[in-house]
Amino acid sequence: MAATERHIRRRTAPAPPRQRVVGDPVPGAVIDFRSVSKKYPSGDMGLEDATFAVHPGEFVFLVGATGSGKSTIMRLLIKEIEPSYGSIAVAGRDLAAITRKKIPYYRRNLGVVFQDFKLLPNRTVHDNVAYALQVTGGSRRDVREKVPDILRLTGLSTKLHNLPDQLSGGEQQRVSVARAFVNHPPLLLADEPTGNLDPETSVGIMQLLYRINRTGTTVVVATHDKAMVDNMRRRVIEVASGRIVRDEKTGGYSAGDLDVNQSTREFGALWREGLE
Amino acid sequence: MRFGFFLRESLRALRRNAVPSFAAVATVLVTVLVLGVFIPVVQATTGAANEIREKVLVDVYLKSDASQADIERVRQKIATETPGVGRVEFISKEQAIKAEREAGRGEFYDLLGSNPLPDLLRVTPERPDDIVQVRDALAPLTPSGQRTVADSAIDEVKDRKENTDKILSATRVVKLTMGLLAGLLALASLLLVANTIRLSMYARRREVEVMKLVGATDWFIRWPFVIEGVIVGALGGITAILLLAVVKVSLVDPLADDFSLIAAPETMNFPLLVAVLLGAAVGVSALGSGLSLRRFLRV
Repeated sequence: MAATERHIRRRTAPAPPRQRVVGDPVPGAVIDFRSVSKKYPSGDMGLEDATFAVHPGEFVFLVGATGSGKSTIMRLLIKEIEPSYGSIAVAGRDLAAITRKKIPYYRRNLGVVFQDFKLLPNRTVHDNVAYALQVTGGSRRDVREKVPDILRLTGLSTKLHNLPDQLSGGEQQRVSVARAFVNHPPLLLADEPTGNLDPETSVGIMQLLYRINRTGTTVVVATHDKAMVDNMRRRVIEVASGRIVRDEKTGGYSAGDLDVNQSTREFGALWREGLE
Repeated sequence: MRFGFFLRESLRALRRNAVPSFAAVATVLVTVLVLGVFIPVVQATTGAANEIREKVLVDVYLKSDASQADIERVRQKIATETPGVGRVEFISKEQAIKAEREAGRGEFYDLLGSNPLPDLLRVTPERPDDIVQVRDALAPLTPSGQRTVADSAIDEVKDRKENTDKILSATRVVKLTMGLLAGLLALASLLLVANTIRLSMYARRREVEVMKLVGATDWFIRWPFVIEGVIVGALGGITAILLLAVVKVSLVDPLADDFSLIAAPETMNFPLLVAVLLGAAVGVSALGSGLSLRRFLRV
């Protein structure tokens, strides 16, 4: 019954108007989303009419529940998927104009950190980081100069010759950050970088990202780590069911959440009430 | 520098994935071995079948009173006017009886006192399958269904019909079967090698995905895999060919002196066989590696 109703509604509802791209490109923006929608082949809307811009040197949190569209934004940014409508520009370059062949060259300008690290399992820490350089045609001298540097920055100097599965989760994520940053990309994307880590290790990773941000790199972090967002007091873009619902210069994880202590106390109180 | 890097990458991959790599080498080895044995066998068999088919012929018996001019006329007629004729051989009475004597049947003819054998033109068709055409030209069918002869000097045309039919159909079956078997074997080898490559590729699809996300171009990822395929194919192929060579020198060559079948004239010579097998092994595994990677490159 419900299925038929849904079917009828879909048949009678007017086709959604093809959204027009509104507004002009934001000059100087690192990331420029204009009316971006993504409809997956399954029919799910991953993102609806998202418009925002990120400027050089910013540190941006992308927050929201799972399935809200954070990962869709990330995957759009690394051009793993194409938007259904709207336009995305990164560093002034329209992503739609990049052909499939040129994608690898585009990705070299991005550092990407994933929740599941995505390290090459049968290469040592050193070789994992070096691979990102070799891909861009970096010479052996480049590797010899840059890799130890970046490993020192991420605190991995002693683990040079370990394989990823000999490292803890936090260390693996450090390797992944080191690999993302070894080319000194202007933009670093992190999709749930602390999703698999305990709170203390997460702090370490966030500090690392913060340090990278301080060098002038734009950092976008998708996360649902509430404590982290609340403590860092950075720009927050909140996504809910595919729409951007909030964009604050210095925000907490949820709206009106700026007084962290109070809200935690309230939360604790509610929690206790529930128990009794 | 670039090539050195790719070579080092592929050697590293071979070392790290020792077991799948070994499986791939073994697959290529077995396949090349089987093909290396089977190709000469097929060729020898079809060669033998062809040799048997050569024995299909039409005998044109001449009348006993045919003059030398008659013989020459008939011979000309067969050689120039009849389509499908390959070779015409004249066997005189005297030659025929000599052959009979050599076969040990001389006494019977001695008893007769005279030579009863006719002069004979032995016609070999150009291709074995032309024999029906040749026979029909030399001994056309009358409307009443009887056979006449094309020239007054011809007494009878015999094509040893029964033998001919048997030889033609039997050799055709042999050739067809062998061809089919060879095709199936080649297909099986190809699928086997492709599947092995695919498996080892599937085990490393995550790695390929990561490489793409880091910004590696398709060919940057692909070259090490292709080189790996070349190495695997060459290792398997060379080992198999060495084994084949050992078997050839120690077993087949001594036998070949005694059995004409093994040294059938149409068998591929060994160096060519080696080149074909090695080329196929290296080519298939390199191509297979490069191509089966394609699916995983779509990130």
